[in-house]
Amino acid sequence: MIKIAKYVLLDILRNRFVILYTFFLFLVTLSMFSLEGNSDKAILSLLNIILMVVPLVSIIFTTIHFFNSYEFIELLLSQPINRKAIFLSEFSAVSIALCLAYVIGVGVPVTLFSQGMDTVYLIISGMLLTLVFVALAFCASVLTRDKAKGIGVSLLFWFYFTLIYDGFVLYVIYAFNDYPLDKVTLALVSLNPVDLARIIILLKLDISALMGYTGAFYKQFFGSSMGIIYSFVFLLIWAALPLSISLRKFLKKDI
Amino acid sequence: MRLFFILYLTFLAMSSMATTWTVSPSGEIKTIKKAIQLADKGDTILVTKGHYKEGNIIVAKEVVLIGIDYPVIDGEYKYEVFTITADNVTVRSFSIINVGISSLNDWAAIGGENAKNLYIANNKIERAFFGIHLANCKSSLVENNTLTAAAVAENTTGNGIHMWKSDKITVRNNTVDGHRDGIYFEFVTNSLIENNTSKNNLRYGLHFMFSHDDEYNENLFMNNGAGIAVMYSRGVTMRRNRFEENWGASVFGLLLKEISESMIEDNLFLRNTVAIYMEACSRSNFRGNEFRENGWGIKLQASCDDNVFEKNNFIANSFDMGTNGSMTLNTIDSNYWDKYGGYDLNSDGVGDVPFHPVSLYSMIVEKMPTSVMLWRSFLVFLLDRAEKVIPVVTPENLKDEAPVMKSYDISI
Amino acid sequence: MISVSKIEKRFGALDVLKSISANFEMGRSYALIGPNGSGKTTLIKSILGMVVPDSGRIEMDGESIKGKWSYRQKIGYMPQIGRYPDNMTIGQLFSMMKDLRSDCKAIDEELIEGFGLDKIMSKRMHTLSGGTRQKVSAALAFLFNPKVLILDEPTAGLDPLAVEVIKEKILTEMGDSKIFIITSHILSDLDELSSHALYLDNGSLIYNDSIALLKEETGEIKLGKAIATIMRRNQKNVIV
Repeated sequence: MIKIAKYVLLDILRNRFVILYTFFLFLVTLSMFSLEGNSDKAILSLLNIILMVVPLVSIIFTTIHFFNSYEFIELLLSQPINRKAIFLSEFSAVSIALCLAYVIGVGVPVTLFSQGMDTVYLIISGMLLTLVFVALAFCASVLTRDKAKGIGVSLLFWFYFTLIYDGFVLYVIYAFNDYPLDKVTLALVSLNPVDLARIIILLKLDISALMGYTGAFYKQFFGSSMGIIYSFVFLLIWAALPLSISLRKFLKKDI
Repeated sequence: MRLFFILYLTFLAMSSMATTWTVSPSGEIKTIKKAIQLADKGDTILVTKGHYKEGNIIVAKEVVLIGIDYPVIDGEYKYEVFTITADNVTVRSFSIINVGISSLNDWAAIGGENAKNLYIANNKIERAFFGIHLANCKSSLVENNTLTAAAVAENTTGNGIHMWKSDKITVRNNTVDGHRDGIYFEFVTNSLIENNTSKNNLRYGLHFMFSHDDEYNENLFMNNGAGIAVMYSRGVTMRRNRFEENWGASVFGLLLKEISESMIEDNLFLRNTVAIYMEACSRSNFRGNEFRENGWGIKLQASCDDNVFEKNNFIANSFDMGTNGSMTLNTIDSNYWDKYGGYDLNSDGVGDVPFHPVSLYSMIVEKMPTSVMLWRSFLVFLLDRAEKVIPVVTPENLKDEAPVMKSYDISI
Repeated sequence: MISVSKIEKRFGALDVLKSISANFEMGRSYALIGPNGSGKTTLIKSILGMVVPDSGRIEMDGESIKGKWSYRQKIGYMPQIGRYPDNMTIGQLFSMMKDLRSDCKAIDEELIEGFGLDKIMSKRMHTLSGGTRQKVSAALAFLFNPKVLILDEPTAGLDPLAVEVIKEKILTEMGDSKIFIITSHILSDLDELSSHALYLDNGSLIYNDSIALLKEETGEIKLGKAIATIMRRNQKNVIV
């Protein structure tokens, strides 16, 4: 398995796209820090980009990669290699490549400017988000048969998690405004990895004060070490769940 | 030099036919109480260096008390230290420590009651319950004092400089650190608070109520537990103050409640959760202030009317303005907004399209506080953008018709 | 020996394989013939485990292949259209495959030389023409000296010289200990290369016996003509 992952990884790293992505992230991060004097502000501006771009790039790149390496998977499947190994190698190779791009593109420059816990959170949650959306992309790819459909479903996933879901949450808040909703929204947040990552980082930046009572409640929850473990575990579940679904599907899939 | 100073004081005292008494641990008069007892009206008492534990010292005579080399007056956590009940008393250059804590009495390092022309200066007050406490006093001056406490809980600490029901008081050049309220004014009129530093206090840096026609200028209020509260007063002038780092849930750089006919001018609001929160304020003028890096610049409740906001700078705030109403009866004019995206075709320095400082999302948050969890999400970004293009919800008349293109040069 | 019994496969509403049963025995070479969409590739992929049949059983040397993967050590597969990681060079591809199959010691690089691939080892896969890719696919199929060779359209897109090279390779490899399963549209090629014919039409196995018998039965000398007769006969059956 490690051998296959190594070859897939080498193939991806040779691809210009990942290099471009890394470079893009690097440039954006640097420019954020040079435009904003305050490192908190820079991280905040960076957050918007990370929450949009990282999921989008992860999910689309992975889907395209999956369909492009369909023949390679076919080649491997004609060899005495089990499907699970092939699938997991593909997953880990893509994840490693995109996480690496993120760490080099965002992690390294951010660490140069700011070394607080918020930076650590920014890096960890960015990587977890990458994992989540790579897994979702595999799900989309395995569930569809052609590239166009796969990209369509992936875009839908992305759209859902970055926009539609929040619209739904806003509606719930609006409809049940007279009730205490903090615990409900906390549960709702857990059901969306993008929201989860966003709130962890916002709270770490001590913007919670701006968030009033809700912020204080979230701060109390996510501020505790249990809350941190909870949120990171939840993000991991968000990666593991689509991964296991797609793995199960892939094991039965006709190539 | 010091000898000369003593001689000079002695000469002063002598020239007014007054006597000078010297208290020293090794001298003839060993206690301040004794000296006060011996002294006549208008006499001067010099207290030399030493550690005095005399319990509560009541100053009921018109005397001048001066510490030489900061004698330490210790309240042993049991007593109020100086209690002034006479007019024309001076308490100067003492080091007063360990004031008693009481839940019934407002024990202070220096307390004054029903007196006028008090002069309290150059004292170093540490670990006091209340620092300087004047009640029903007139025409007094409190200056150059340093008050330091390490407040842990609100009920075990009093206020730094506490003024109650007084008139014509000047509080200047003092530093208050770590009390409950840094400076407390209640029913104080025609007074001046100038050039003080009030920081790290548990509750308010300045707690100011029912105090009309006062002025406070050039103070620094920093990192106080709940910021600054100015309430139920009219005719207050605030100039060139700095409100900094008052950060936390329900912490305000400046909380204004039922303030009218006041002037807030040339102040700097830097990194506060809410720079100014105003409720039921009217006919007040906000001019030439700088709002920088705050969570909210101004939270303007719908109960405010006839206020004027002009020529202020709004720079790098998360939200420049927030309001809970759909109507607003205030004037916003000629401010600089860094979020302004308009243009200036005739290059007169004034933007050609109005600026709406209240964003849709800030309205949503105001109405449904829970929705703050969507802050900085893509959805909110899109909503704000859409609202900017076609305003539907945000108050149409809450706008700056003449936003300036360049920030004002405000140096405080 | 590979035995296929009663396998069925549906893709949506389409019956691709309808209860196919067949045995592939050592020392024989099978020509898998049928019109487009008759289920040839699906059958091959079922044997390779790439397509999982809805029902039925496939055995290799007496053991079911369901959920197994190690049996593929014995199979060399040349796909119809071989596509490989774009950024890899031919050399890297071969060394990767050898690396992945490090268990296999008997490497057969005859075709690499035969096709002259050894001279273009540093070319990247995405620069290769379709024919060259086919050569790579063929060379890979033979690389690990497998017992079973499944060749899907081995001669399509190859230049005449290369066709001769691969035909010769197949003929020399053929022997008692190997099974060949070859599909092709060029029946004259299959005539030379195979001893048995399986004729699939619309998911059903119409004919499965030796080519000699087929020719005898139909009275034709060439495989192509014999198959055409079978097809005609089959159509008549359908009509009746």
